[in-house]
Formats: sequence, structure tokens, C-alpha cells
Amino acid sequence: MMRRSAEIIAFLLLFSCVLPSALAGPSGPGDGYTIAGHVKLEGATSKGFTPMEKSNSKVILNGGQRVTFLRADGYFSFHNVPAGTHLIEVSAMGYFFSPVRIDISSRNPGKIQAALTENRRVLHELVLEPLREEQYYEIREPFSLMSLLKSPMGLMVGFMVLVVFLMPKLMENMDPEEMRRAQEEMRAQGVPSLSNLLPGRSS
Amino acid sequence: MAMAVRVCLGFLIVLLYSNFSTALYEDQVGLADWHQKYIGKVKQAVFPTQKSGRRRVVVSTEENVIASLDLRRGDIFWRHVLGKDDHVDQIDIALGKYFITLSSEGSILRAWNLPDGQMMWESAFYVSTPSKSLLYVPANINLGKENWFLVFSGGWLHAVSSIDGEIVWKKEFAIDSLEIKQVFQPPESDIIYAVGFVGSSQFSVCELSSKSGEVLKHNTASFPGGFCGEASLVSSDMLVALDATRSALIAISFQSGIINFHQTYISDLVQDFSGMAALLPVKFTGIFAMKTVSSIYLVRVKGVSELEVLEKFNHPASVSDALTLSEEQQAFGIVQHVETKIDFRVKLDKDLRNGVLKETIEMDPQRGHVQKVFISNYVRTDKSHGFRALIVMEDHSLSLVQQGVVVWSREDGLASIIDSTTSELPVEKEGVSVAEVEHNLFEWLKGHALKLKGTLLLASPDEIAAIQAMRLKNSERNKMTRDHNGFRKLIIVLTRAGKLLALHTGDGRIIWSLFFPSLHRSEACEHPSALNIYQWQVPHHHAMHENPSVLVVGRCGPSHDALGFFSVVDSYTGKERNSLKLAHSIIQVIPLPLTDSTEQRLHLIIDANLQAHLYPRTRDSVNIFLREMSNIYRHSIEVGKDMIRGYSLQSGCNLDVADEYCFNTKELWSIVFPSESEKIATTATRKINEVVHTQAKVIADQDVMYKYVSRNILFVATVAPKAAGEIGSVTPEEAWLVAYLIDAVTGRILHRVTHHGAQGPIHAVVSENWVVYHYFNLRAHRYEMSVIEIYDRSRADNKDVWKLVLGKHNLTSPVSSYSRPDVMVKSQSYFFTHSVKAMAVTATAKGITSKQLLIGTIGDQVLALDKRFLDPRRNVTLTQSEKEEGIIPLTDSLPIIPQAYVTHALQVEGLRGIVTIPARLESTTLVFSYGVDIFFTRIAPSRTYDSLTEDFSYALLLITIVALVAAIFATWILSEKKELREKWR
Repeated sequence: MMRRSAEIIAFLLLFSCVLPSALAGPSGPGDGYTIAGHVKLEGATSKGFTPMEKSNSKVILNGGQRVTFLRADGYFSFHNVPAGTHLIEVSAMGYFFSPVRIDISSRNPGKIQAALTENRRVLHELVLEPLREEQYYEIREPFSLMSLLKSPMGLMVGFMVLVVFLMPKLMENMDPEEMRRAQEEMRAQGVPSLSNLLPGRSS
Repeated sequence: MAMAVRVCLGFLIVLLYSNFSTALYEDQVGLADWHQKYIGKVKQAVFPTQKSGRRRVVVSTEENVIASLDLRRGDIFWRHVLGKDDHVDQIDIALGKYFITLSSEGSILRAWNLPDGQMMWESAFYVSTPSKSLLYVPANINLGKENWFLVFSGGWLHAVSSIDGEIVWKKEFAIDSLEIKQVFQPPESDIIYAVGFVGSSQFSVCELSSKSGEVLKHNTASFPGGFCGEASLVSSDMLVALDATRSALIAISFQSGIINFHQTYISDLVQDFSGMAALLPVKFTGIFAMKTVSSIYLVRVKGVSELEVLEKFNHPASVSDALTLSEEQQAFGIVQHVETKIDFRVKLDKDLRNGVLKETIEMDPQRGHVQKVFISNYVRTDKSHGFRALIVMEDHSLSLVQQGVVVWSREDGLASIIDSTTSELPVEKEGVSVAEVEHNLFEWLKGHALKLKGTLLLASPDEIAAIQAMRLKNSERNKMTRDHNGFRKLIIVLTRAGKLLALHTGDGRIIWSLFFPSLHRSEACEHPSALNIYQWQVPHHHAMHENPSVLVVGRCGPSHDALGFFSVVDSYTGKERNSLKLAHSIIQVIPLPLTDSTEQRLHLIIDANLQAHLYPRTRDSVNIFLREMSNIYRHSIEVGKDMIRGYSLQSGCNLDVADEYCFNTKELWSIVFPSESEKIATTATRKINEVVHTQAKVIADQDVMYKYVSRNILFVATVAPKAAGEIGSVTPEEAWLVAYLIDAVTGRILHRVTHHGAQGPIHAVVSENWVVYHYFNLRAHRYEMSVIEIYDRSRADNKDVWKLVLGKHNLTSPVSSYSRPDVMVKSQSYFFTHSVKAMAVTATAKGITSKQLLIGTIGDQVLALDKRFLDPRRNVTLTQSEKEEGIIPLTDSLPIIPQAYVTHALQVEGLRGIVTIPARLESTTLVFSYGVDIFFTRIAPSRTYDSLTEDFSYALLLITIVALVAAIFATWILSEKKELREKWR
């Protein structure tokens, strides 16, 4: 199965299509290209989405060389980017985005390829979607008996219950002769204290 | 039996390590952490005049932040931190609802929605020649029709549509080498005027059609005296410029295409003028502002040949832009220092003799001089104009002044912290209890019962709120005394403005502040700037009654050979204890691990002549130093020359005057990297105060490995010179990264490894016997983190207990850097998703607790990553014993667990540094991270194994004990009865 998927990836990499020309093109008299893309946040979200979050989302080129912001419709663009292999990262609180590898070919002007670096998925359009949502807080488990039992206190009580109810059962399996002898031995020791009396008596 | 023990052990390990992160519940936010948002020193400010935005101000700052602030409280409505090279040049407001910024030397124009800060559009211009950029937003812009903004940058004039940022037309001026100084459009006119200079002596006026950008008229005239490039527009047909020597003013009128010059010497205009003048970029009609060495002058232009000085303000003073009150009335504000107070005046341009407003405001002397002032008006109930002023001070703080009082102040210097250190708080003295009386037992129980309800999730929303309030109100953490766990400390930070501030770790409030430039400014030291802070005196044995103090090192000018100054500041009071003007420069400060009899730490200062000066200058310290001198080495990293040199110290200096506190340095070794193939990118050393608990590391199969623990280990990473730039500039074949581990005493290279196809930026941390570094792998096009662990093999034989017992081991043999180390190195690389801005490692008091790496990611969050993920011994298939040891199976990339972000749902915008401070409680590290924002929290890398957590439920413990006792009695009674029955039988 692993090999199969690896083959598919290799296949995709080999035949990765040229992205639509709308994605990039020479802009103005400069020698650079424009990388334009779209960040989709609404599709992935389940908890609703406030405009504040989006206005604080950033798109970062080459580890901080350039930073741009998302427009209201989720589009972003970098202008005057030279040919070469670049890296785009999206920073949006609450979402995990894979960085994107962008190849701008210098031989075929305007030919741009994009692929996610995390899972090597090739993008035919520069539409970036979060891989997953990020939950920064531990969620409080709803009250359950298990959680109470798992706490140190619960374990203490549990152990006590175990000793009180299971130990006598174990004792019952013992040889009655032996038992009697043990009890006599105990009595011979004189006045026992409450603590060492309890298990003996309860049997 | 052994099997059972193993199973039990395995279970325990699983239980212990099941939770890698020190995760937080949402209701615990703010209990141990605090976060403060800043914007930096304000460069420009604009007050929206439209109804909805009246209570706000939008600003751009030197930290590349644009923000909208609440005028009433100074809070941030919204804020954006632009890229590190994306400096904001011009800002303006258009149509009453868009905030327009021009940044990156005029190449990017963005429009933001004023209420919520959403970016509306962005447009980029091609910039061929760097020049000063201009943004012109027509004042008579109306909502219905399409309007154009004019942007001049890099030799091009662009007209940009206000609706979507499309470029309507553009006109190149670079061909004529015309540099435009002013662009304007007279109201109700279709002609755009662009005025500027060609070369240094020609003045040019262009008339362009606003529809198409077509040049209608172009007039040029030359002035023999030449221009310095500064110009100020005083009316729609007149300009005032400075000549090339900056000593004469040239009034230029260009009415209907005829250019006239008139030169006026400044010395004729004002008395005692000397030096050079500068024009202030303030916009008034008929008036311009000129700055000389000592004063600011306001000059009225009555005609081409007639200039009249209206007013003179002595420095330090600041003049605001003109504020249009009505069609023909303009006002401006002036702020001036009058002894300790500041004087704020507002004047109308029609009536300059009498001001409309004159207020004297008390200002904190620790804020320095006034730097900038912005004014805005409001209409009072009696229909008269009221004024408020936004004042930027020398320490980068921002204050709003209204009706003679400071309404609010923001300590925005904290957005540019350059160094930090910590100080303990005073010990709680007996009799003087700072704590409030502990509330009675009933209340205590009630509180705990409430908390119990909270933990069991039985509490109602009201009760949850009550619990939260109770926790946050906890006065314990804000006390001004030392606590048992060492959580309460003072963080002393130094800002770029030269201000020293002490922050309390409990809630981040400022305890004291001290502004250095105003303290050290003198004739000899005109531009004092503080460089670093060091611990000067940390009393614990000998000088218990003394307050701890910190040392601030600074220099008098921007160059490296400027003379230095020293200042010792009391950590409790923030008062300067003593200061010293040094007679030499400061290149490097080396805090030595030695203290004198009063617990003052010895410091060596290396000056530009490579001579070492010892401080404090006492006999005592020299004696201590001379004893240890043969063990003190230093190294210098010359990044430009790609060289590392090591030095030893020698007595005696080749100075003219004998100075027993001065020592000479002797070069011992040097490492020269081949400059054609390697370029120093990053270096890292161990923290000098790091504690290592044990040298031995017990690995699986009861085997022992000895860590090579040396204080002198130096990590150096070099990259191929071609790959020194940004990602995307080289191919994998041209890039490589070489990592070195060097002994800084002998210069011996302990280990060297080459990563082909890798490039920077590199971030590295060195701790104990390992180094972790982050870099970019061009082949995989992903970031990678590598770990190198270094072990001492010469001690590897000391495993036998008998050898240890009989003393046949070599553990006590002295470790010397000169003995040839027999080291073994293990390393491994992993992929890491994000770019990294800063990296640090946790530090604990005794070094027992396992370590976590703190990684500041590109999203301005701080991720805590267990060092165990970066263990070079991770393997795909683990043996049983390795599993027991807690080694994690090998994966190709490092996990990013969202709950492991120590900053949880917050961002430390513009993150630049992470500092870790050990608490007294072994399990806990204090983390302070700074950038534009500051954030503090405390983390426990292996959870708080040595103390009960704050949300430990005492009530549950009590209930359990009661239940147990009850059960004991119940079973006892039951057993008694049973026995009785048996006896009767």
C-alpha cells in the first residue's frame, strides 16, 4: 500500500500539470512574476468564523522575506517575485497550513508549479486549505465516573475496596487448617491493634 | 516475576509519557501567563474625521506596525505587523473609511478597511530607482465617483483607482532623472502639478492631465546655487527649498509656467545661525517650518522675496501638521519643554500671536524629550474647538493629552526590547507581612468546594465565572516579595530607546523605569545609547543587606570605537547607584564566573584595540582575577572576515599611563574558513548559567554514556556564499551548510558535518552536550532540524561498580581542554514544518528536569517541543529496553501538537527572542518572549512533579479521607458483627 501511494505521488510529480496561467504572469516592466492565490478558511471551519480572524491571517513568502495579508475574499498576491523555487506559508490562528513549494520556471516564463511540502500533494490551482484545525486548549472531559476513578483519590478508594472485598475471597481459598493456625498465631501475639486486627477479623 | 515488573514499569512509563505537552485548559488562561500588546514608536498618525471613526486614531510605527487605537483609552482596535522590510512610508485616510498605506519604498500601496482592519486591496508598483516616495490623496474626494490616488515612487508617477487599486495610468520621470518632491491637484481642477528637481541644480514643474497622465506643460529652470533636495510647498504656486549648503532658503514661484527664484540667507533671517538647516515636513499654507541646531523656526512666506520669521522655539520642541478646522482656518500644535513640564500650545494660522489654547502638562521625566506631536480637534458643547494631542516621546511612548492632563500613555518602547535579565525580589521580612490576612477557614473551604465543582464540571456558568475571578484575583502572584517557588521575579528589560524597565512576572506591570539618554547626555556624550545589561551584584552570602543591581553598558555614539559608559542600577528601586564614563570603547563584554568580596561580578571589557579592561576597578577584584587569569580565554567571531580567533590574557597594557586594570590579549589560535566556499552564518554557545545535573546518561541495558560537557563548546554554522541570501535564490547544487563544534579554548574542531543542499536562515541552541539547529533543506524544500550529541569516550570504561568502589576510575582526573578529547558523536535530522524566528531551550534550577525546545514559529507562536523528539537514538524499530527508556519511534518529521504551544491562542507579534529563566522549583521554567508584543508564562517540561498544581482539589482529598475513614469504621463494625455471629454459632 505504501509503495502504491509512493508510485502515485511520483506519477503526479512527473506529470504535474502546469497551473493555469491566471496564477502567474509577468507584471509590469519588472523582471518578476506575480504569485496570486486563494486561501480558503470557510470550507474547513466548523465553529463559525469571525472577520477578525481572517484580517489577521498572513501569507509569508520565503520564511519572512515578504508578508502579505488576505483580502476580504481570501485572495492574496505577491508581486515582482523572481524565477526560482519559493516557499509560501500561511499563518492563521486556529488552522494548520502546510507550506507550499512554488516553482517559477525561468525558461518558460509564467510557468508555475505548486505543491504542498507536508504531503507532496500537487496543487493545480493555488487554493490553500488548512490541513486541520488547531485546538490550543485541552478540552475538559465531561464529568464521568472513570475520570474520578483514575484520579489518585479514586485509585486510593479503589484499592481499599479491592482489599476489603477481594482479599477475603482470596482468604477463603486458603486451606482452613492453615488459616486457623495463622489466626491462633496472631492471637498468641497478644492484644492486637486495630490495624492488624481488621483483615484478620473480617475474614 | 521479572516479567511482571517489566510490564508494570512499561505501564508506568506509558502513563508518565502519555501526555507530551504541558497543555492548558481554556479557563487556566491568564493564571500563570500574561500578554501585552504594543505597536512601537509612532511615525505617523492620522485622525479619521468621519463620524464613525471619530474616537480612533490610525498610526504607523517604526516597527512596521499599522494600528487603529481607541482615543479614549489607548487600546488597540486592530493591528497589523507588516514584513520586516516593509517599512511604511506614507499613510492617509481616503473616503473616510479607507486607511491607505504606502510601504516598501513606495512599491506597495494597500487600502485597509478602517473599522476592522481588513485589507481591501493591494497594488504593487515597479520601482527602478530608490527614491523618497509620495502619496497624494485628493482632499475633495467624493464618494460617488471614482477617484484616483497619486503615488510617486522610484521614478514613476502612478494614478491608482480608489475602488480596487488598479493602476489607471503611469508616467515615468526617471528618464529625465526628475525627482518629484511634491504632487498636488488644486481643487476643482483637472491638472495635476508635479514639482521636483532634476539633478542638483534644476527645478522642474510638470502639469499633467489628471485623466490620462499626459504631460501638458513642462518647465525647467536652473538655479546656480544648487539644491539640497529638501522642499516645502507653501501654496499652490510657491515652494521653499534649501540650497546645497543648507544655509540659504530659496523661494520658488511657478505661477502660470514662469519660474522665479529668490534666495534668502538664513543668517539674514535669524540671528546666531550656524551650521545647517533642515526643513520639517509639515504642511501649512503660507508657512513653513525650519529646523536649525538649536531651534525650530516658523517662517511666513508673504511673497517670493519676503520671508518673515513668525516664531522661534528652542529645542527640544515639536510642531504638528496643520489641522484644517474650516475652509480658511488652519490650526497647528507646538509642544515645548519648560523645565520638568511640557507646554502644549495650539495656534491658528490667521492669528499667530495669540494661541487658542495653552496647557502645561506634567510629564514623567523618564520619558525624555518630545519627539513628535499630532493634533486633532473636537467640538465642545459650546461649539468652540477643543484640541487633543498625541505626543510621541523619546522613550517611544505615546500619550494623549487633553484639557491639560495626560489621558492615557502607552509604554511602546517595550515593542523594541534589545536585552533582558532578571532579578530576585526582596525577601519577605518578619513582622512586615505583605500578605493580606488569609480569609477564614469557612471561606477557604467554600472556595475549594467551588473549585471541586469546577473540576468535576458540575458548576454553573455563574460559578465558573466566580472561580475564574477568584483565581485571577489571587494576590499571591503579584506580591513584591520573593516566593518559595521562585515564580515571582523582576524581569529587567532594555529597550532600543535606551530605557530600562522592570516588569513584575506576576502580572507584567512596570515596577520602575529609568531612561538613560537623558541621564547620560552631555557635551562629551551627545548620542548615548545603551547596549546590554548584565547582572552586576546578586547578593546571597556576603552582602545580604545590599540590594541586587544590574550593569548597563552603553556607548556614546553609533560607531564601534565610540567611548563607552557604565551604569549600575539598583534592581529594587530603579535608581542609578553609580555611573562611569569609560576612557575606552566597548567591543565585547565578558561576564566572568567570579565575584569579589561584595558579590560584585567581575566583567572584562574588550576595547577596539583588543585590550581587556577589568571591572569593578578595585584591588580585591584584581587579586581575584590574577589568580584565575591563566584559565580565562576569549574568542572573537569576525563574521565579515569569516574568521574565529582565540585569545588568552596577559598582564600589562601598552598604554601610556600604567593601568593595573588593563590586560593585553594574545592570539592563541585562529580558524579561517575558506571564503570562496564558506561564510559564517550563525554561532551559538552554551548559556553561562546553565546547570548540568549529571554527566552520565544511563541508556538501555544498564549501560552508561558520559556526556561531553564543556563550557567552552562553540557551535558555528557556515553556508556557501551563494546561498547566504533568501530561500529561492539558489539551486540545491550550489548550496551547502557546514556545522562545526569547536572548543573555544584550543580552537580544536571536535566535529564537522556538511549538509548538502541546505541553506539558512539558521537558528541554533547549545545546551549540555548537544546542539540543535534549524535550517532549510533545498532538496526536500522543507525546513529541517538536526541534533548533534557529543559523548566523552575516554570515560566510557567507568561502568564497573568495582572500579568505582576501588577508585580505579578516571572520573576525578582533571578535564582539560588541552588533553586530546576522545569524543563520540551521534546525530540525526528531522523535518520541521514551519519557519523559525527564534529558538531557546528550557532551563531549570538543578538541571534534573528533562528539556524542551522553545521554538518561535513564523506564525509568532512559541511551540514547546520535547528534546526527546530530537534524540539521535530514535530508531524505526525499537528494542524492548529502548522502549522502556522512553525513546520515541523514528518519524521523518517532528510533530506539531497544537496544545504544546506555550502561547496557546495568543500571538507574540513580531517575535524576536525567547528567554528562559529557571524558577526555584526544579520542575518549572519561566519563559519570557518578546517582539512587538511581550508574553510571559511558566512551563513545566515534565509536568510539575515536585509540587501540587494550583488546581489541585483539596476538597476531593478531604472527601476521600473522610470516605476512607468511614469505610474503615463501617467494615470494622461489620466484621465485629460477623465475628459475634460466628462466636454464637
